Formats: sequence, C-alpha cells, structure tokens
Amino acid sequence: MRVLILAKEGEQTEAAAPPTPAAMAEYQKFNEDLVKAGVVLEAGRLHPSSQARRVRFDGKKRSVIDGPFAETKELVAGYWLWQVRSMDEALEWLKRAPYEGGTFEVREVFEYEGM
Amino acid sequence: MKSSSTRACDGAVAITRSAAGEAHRAIEAIWRIESARLIAGLARIVGDFTTAEELAQDALVAALEQWPVSGVPEKPGAWLMGTAKHQAIDLVRRGQVLERKHQEVGRDLERASERPGMETALDEEVGDDLLGLIFMACHPILSRDARVALTLRVLGGLSTEAIARAFLVPVSTIAQRIVRAKRTLSEARVRFEVPTGPVRVARLGSVLEVIYLIFNEGYSATAGEDWVRPELCEEALRLGRILAELIPTEPEVHGVVALMEMQASRLGARVGPSGEPVLLLDQDRARWDRLLIRRGLAALERAERLGGALGPYALQAAIAACHARATTPAETDWPRIVALYDAVEQLEPSPVVELNRAVAVGMAFGPAAGLELVDTLIHEPALKSYHLLPAVRGDLLRKLGRYEEARAEFERAASLTANVRETELLLRRAAECAAERMAR
Repeated sequence: MRVLILAKEGEQTEAAAPPTPAAMAEYQKFNEDLVKAGVVLEAGRLHPSSQARRVRFDGKKRSVIDGPFAETKELVAGYWLWQVRSMDEALEWLKRAPYEGGTFEVREVFEYEGM
Repeated sequence: MKSSSTRACDGAVAITRSAAGEAHRAIEAIWRIESARLIAGLARIVGDFTTAEELAQDALVAALEQWPVSGVPEKPGAWLMGTAKHQAIDLVRRGQVLERKHQEVGRDLERASERPGMETALDEEVGDDLLGLIFMACHPILSRDARVALTLRVLGGLSTEAIARAFLVPVSTIAQRIVRAKRTLSEARVRFEVPTGPVRVARLGSVLEVIYLIFNEGYSATAGEDWVRPELCEEALRLGRILAELIPTEPEVHGVVALMEMQASRLGARVGPSGEPVLLLDQDRARWDRLLIRRGLAALERAERLGGALGPYALQAAIAACHARATTPAETDWPRIVALYDAVEQLEPSPVVELNRAVAVGMAFGPAAGLELVDTLIHEPALKSYHLLPAVRGDLLRKLGRYEEARAEFERAASLTANVRETELLLRRAAECAAERMAR
C-alpha cells in the first residue's frame, strides 16, 4: 500500500534557519535507509507557505488568496510518498526519523479502485 | 538457542495469531523491516543460513514475550540483533557451530561487540550481507518454486501462511518447500557469500528470474479467482528496488526494475469493474499510474547509461516504454516494438517471444502478416498448452473476418487457462465472434 506522509510544522519552524550540517547529514542518512529499503516512491520539500496561494471555490465563484495565511498552526512543509506493507510499517519507519520536533501525519492513498 | 519446539515455531505465524495488541502489530512491522538484515548479519557470523534463521526466529520469540510487557525498545533492530548474538555466543560455547568456523565466529563477535549498536555498523557490510542472503535464497541448485518461497520468506519477511495464501497452495506445501530448500543448501555446503566474476553473472540471472516470477504471479495470476494480486507485485518491486540500490552497476537489475515499474503502472487499468481482465489495447490510459511510469522510464535510463547492449529485461522494459509513451493505442510505435522483440529473440530465443513479436507485427503491418507468423508456431511443443497462442490467433482471425475459426480458437484458449477471470474473458470473445458471424 501507499501512504502519504505530511510533515506539519508551525510557522516558526517552517521559516526557521536552515538545519545544521550535522542534522542534514542525519536526515540524509535516514532518507538513504528508506531508499535502500525500497520504501520511498517520491519526496519533496515545500517552499514556505508565505509564498503559497490558495484558490477558494464558492459555487461558480473562484477567489485567489495570497499567503501568508491566518491559520499557521499546522503548515505542510514537506511530503513523502511511501510504499509499505502496512500502516504499522509506515509508523515504525517514521519513528526512526531524526527529527526533534514537528508532527507527521500518515495517510493511506486509495489504490486499485474497483479491484 | 531455545528448545527445539521453540526453534521449529514459525514466528511470523505466531504474530498473526495473537495479533491483538498494538505491541504485536508493531513487532510484526518491525520484523518485516528488520528480518532480512538480521538473518543476513547472523548468517555471516555463524556461516550457516539455517542456524542464522533459527537464531533470528528465537530473537523474534523473545521480543514477542518481552515487548508487550516492557514496551518496544528505542532501537528494535539493535535489540533483536543483540539478543540473537547472545544466543550465537551460547552456541559457540556449547560447540554447536561447525568446528572450522569457531575462530572466525569469535572474531566476528568481538568486532561486533566493539560496535556501538548495529545501526552504526558499516553500511557496506550490511549491504554485502543482504546481497549474500539474496544470492543464497535464489541459488540455482534450488528449484524455481523453492527459490521463490525462500526469497519471500527470508527477504520479504512473509510467514509461511502468507506465502501459501499468495500462491493458493496448502501451508504444508510451502513449509515443506522451505525445509527442503534449506536442507539442499546445507547438504551442498553452499557458502554464504557474494559471488564475483562470471559466476556472479549467472547467479544474478537466477536472482532476477525469481523476482520477476514473483511479480508475474501477481500480475497475471496463473490460477484462482483473481486476475491480479497486487501485493505480490509490490513485494517483487520492493525486492527489485532494494537490489538496484545494492548493486547499482548491473544494467539488468535496473532493466527488471524498469519493466516491473512500467507493468505495475497498468495494474489499476488492467481490471474491469467486476474483476474481469482488461487487455492492454482496451485499457483506459488515463488510469495508468504516471508516477510508476516515470520511475520505470528513469530506471530504464539508468540501465542505458551504464552502457553496452541492453539485456532481455531492459529490452522488454523498452517495449513497455513504447506503450507508456503512447497516449492512444494507435500512436504506439509498433515497428519499434517489432525491432525490440527481434533483439530480445536474438538474446533469448523463445516461442513466447516469437508469439509476442507476431502480435506486434500484426499491429505494425496488418493482421495477415501477424497470422502468418503465428501459424509457424502452431506445432511448437513449448506452446502446446499455452492459452495465449490460440487467444492471439483468434484475435488475428477475427480481424481478418474469419469469425468461425476465431470463435473456435478463443474457446480452445479458454479451456487452457486455470484463471477463472481469464476464462470468462476468452469465452466472451468467442461469443462476440459468433455474434459477428451471425450479423454478417
């Protein structure tokens, strides 16, 4: 099954100073382990939400809203798409990530509909 | 090592049965992440695959006893390895490991204990261990069935029951297959190693064959109610992706990964609303998985960049790429596909490849040209009970307006496959031919 991991961060961490080289190295090592285990399908880090834009739908009306947005508690800062065999496996992998803070949400992706 | 009854216990099965608590689910997940590395690391230490697997199973049993009470340790992989190594030391002390290995084992254990935990162990070494395990599970002295079962068991971390379920055979059959495979390996004194030179090329061929066999059983199940079983495809893909990271310099490894990624991209489109198969040219291409296509094309590029002529898997991946790049069946570069099949045939002449080539010829140069080629294969012994021969012939005859002959061919094809869904599809085609004949 596929799971999408959403890295959620607050406004402060999202715009924080770039990580230290040591932290970067740890993160890279973790990512490499995931790739070597055949888990990662796709990964990406997002630009800060202050540069983001939103499109709101209201009937036929569409309004574009520029960032930064008012609600800044849980901003998506990055994502992974993983191929795992169970939700539990995803959690076991995720627990090994070298992060000191933040919340990560794991969502299963619909696949093979109608099968 | 624990009592023989514990040793014989199938740990992964034990987990499924008592899968009540969260700890048990976590242990199962951890086992599937760690087991291959664990067995591989132990096999290098004790030099014997069967002992290594038993030690790993014992460590799992210990985890099942202790973790639900103590909680899952912070570094579960290191815990399992540490526990198994203690038992390995016991074995060495009690003289239960082969005499000639004693000194080596002692040395390895010493080195291991100097390391602050397994995860800091040299990555390269771990990679080599894992490769050694893959080569051992796919050893050519084993039958294909045995290689498949052993690979899923020790590299996929699948329980005997799960493997039996996937292949629709009794659990006892798989259990026996695995026991016999282990016995064969130890009787032949197969060494735990990563082969080099020309031996490696041959042994790698066997590894790729096993991975692709697993994929194919999931992609077009040879028997049973379901036309596809995606979990087997995913398992094969995972093994392929791992292998591609372990030996990135082997073009055919990327070739087989490319082929699987691109074929898997069509999994969702290959099955109709009520589980019936949908053939390539009838598929809704909007449902093809673009991510897997992109990954497949990237893997094919990796194979091509390594230089040299493409091997059979990479060539088949190149054929799959022709389909992936075409937005409609009519846009498919059929002449290129014919040329690629020519290349496959030169490397690995086979009646099945000739049949596929005939299909492509039929698409590129008209059904009469295709039929002419298929007719040369009718008496081919290897295709005598291959259902796709009459299925292809039926298709070409139908395009030529020879409905009555086409109907007979589809009916014959239906009688030759054991897959329920495929039988239904073929009988439907036969009925369509009969109707078309009446309408004329």
